[in-house]
Amino acid sequence: MAIDLKTVKHISKLARISLEEKKAEKLADDMNSIFEFIEKLNELKTENVEPLTSIAETTLRFRDDKITSDNIREKILKNSPEKNDDFFVVPKVVE
Amino acid sequence: MTEITSLSLFELIKNIKEKKISSNEAAKSFVDRSEKSKKLNTYVTENFENCLKLSKEFDNKPNFDLKLPGIPIAVKDLFCTNEVRTTAGSNILNNFVPSYESTVTQNIWNEGGILLGKLNCDEFAMGSSNETSFFGNVQNPIAKNLVPGGSSGGSSSALAANLTPVTIGTDTGGSIRQPASFTGTVGLKPTYGSCSRYGIVAFASSLDQAGPMSKDVKDSSILLEVISSFDKKDSTSIDFKRNNYSSELTRNIKGIKIGIPKEYRVDGMPGEIENLWKKGIEYAKDCGAEIIDISLPHTSYALPTYYIVAPAEASSNLARYDGVKYGLRSSGESLIDMYEKTRSEGFGEEVKRRIMIGTYVLSSGYYDAYYLKAQKVRQLIKKDFDDAYNKVDAILTPSTPSSAFKIGEKSNDPVSMYLNDIFTVPVNLAGLPGISIPAGRDKNNYPLGLQIIGKPFDEQTVLNIAYSMEEKINYKNNITDWWME
Repeated sequence: MAIDLKTVKHISKLARISLEEKKAEKLADDMNSIFEFIEKLNELKTENVEPLTSIAETTLRFRDDKITSDNIREKILKNSPEKNDDFFVVPKVVE
Repeated sequence: MTEITSLSLFELIKNIKEKKISSNEAAKSFVDRSEKSKKLNTYVTENFENCLKLSKEFDNKPNFDLKLPGIPIAVKDLFCTNEVRTTAGSNILNNFVPSYESTVTQNIWNEGGILLGKLNCDEFAMGSSNETSFFGNVQNPIAKNLVPGGSSGGSSSALAANLTPVTIGTDTGGSIRQPASFTGTVGLKPTYGSCSRYGIVAFASSLDQAGPMSKDVKDSSILLEVISSFDKKDSTSIDFKRNNYSSELTRNIKGIKIGIPKEYRVDGMPGEIENLWKKGIEYAKDCGAEIIDISLPHTSYALPTYYIVAPAEASSNLARYDGVKYGLRSSGESLIDMYEKTRSEGFGEEVKRRIMIGTYVLSSGYYDAYYLKAQKVRQLIKKDFDDAYNKVDAILTPSTPSSAFKIGEKSNDPVSMYLNDIFTVPVNLAGLPGISIPAGRDKNNYPLGLQIIGKPFDEQTVLNIAYSMEEKINYKNNITDWWME
């Protein structure tokens, strides 16, 4: 099954990555050669196989519902590209 | 006396404990050599001044009970280091300075290690040649214009060039073992759940695992002992009794059963690799091991499975890079526009390719056909190993299907690049420990590695077999310092 340009553009929207037309064509080619290689899995019958979701066969641990860090507001804001006092700033969302 | 930088970690520790070398002398030697080795492009961020300062502080108040007393160590730039820039080889994290420390690096500092700097790697650890890094190619010290492997390519290069006594990498599909094989060094990927993933920039969470890289097997056992620990901060960290890997290290492997999987004889494998493997089997026999032919029938499905599972997990993990809380931000007319431009400008080609594959296989209508299918095949691959381990204690294979290739040779063909990991990927899918040790050379005199795969949590047996075979193989890297003026 070939991945066409329209699909590549749809996926890039879902992945929130803007794509130029030329790059999209190259990406479609790359994805097709990778998926050709992936299609090999269809040789295997797997109806009765349980999917492996985690290699560590443990149930997730619960932790106590306690605050373990001090006031780290400044540390968290330190790396933000744009901030205003105590907030992360993003382009305007509502009109 | 031998130069400080060419000592093994074990020898360096011994000299420091016996006060023949101070921590500051060691730090100076590695900083000096690193300064002269910029052509290799191993460092993304240097921590030289701070390292020299901390080594002096260590010498003023030494503690020789520590496992890494005043030892300078450079680490892969995928580990978050408090107040030291951490980029993961990506433009999107070019200016990121973490305010916390990864558990694995914290364990190293707690035992007296001192950060030398952060080492180059493929962007978000996605690559097999270090060519996807935003910070450029890394040179392999073995020969000019040769890739050092990847993704831990800065680590393998710095180690082989004697810029750091040991280092740590991460391995999602072979990223420790393949670069070790390409540079004539030792690289160990521990069992999934051994070393905490906390503070490691995430690629594929069900596969990622940190591990030691060193000049010999004993050094890896010393470093593994330091970095392997149960950690509440990683939900998949496993609380098991860890060995004292270095003190329990032994060359006595008499009677140990080593399996040889016939499916690893892949089409088109160079004769040199086949011969290396045959020689490896003879070495293992000489060490007293019993050789048993085994079958891992689903081996050829491992790479296709990996190239669904890893990109799927990566596309989820990398969704966090949106230009809001940290990292690069590009300007956009709206919030969505800002996201799309930030991610387009911040990520490199290979990372985008994998995010796209991952998004596609997880998208509505394709999940069952790809992701669920891959998880089922992953179960079959794991079962192959479970069955084999009813008969054998460990498995011996080549580490890679070829030696190191030239820079640029494979960068335009993603599938041929992916084939590099054909022998290492099954080990990640099954969560097993695996080590690569240097075992010989090809016709160009480039190093070739052998891989020993163990049972879950049985790093000790893997290390013991490697330690025993290493003595018989007696491989020595021949580094000419060609990059120095």
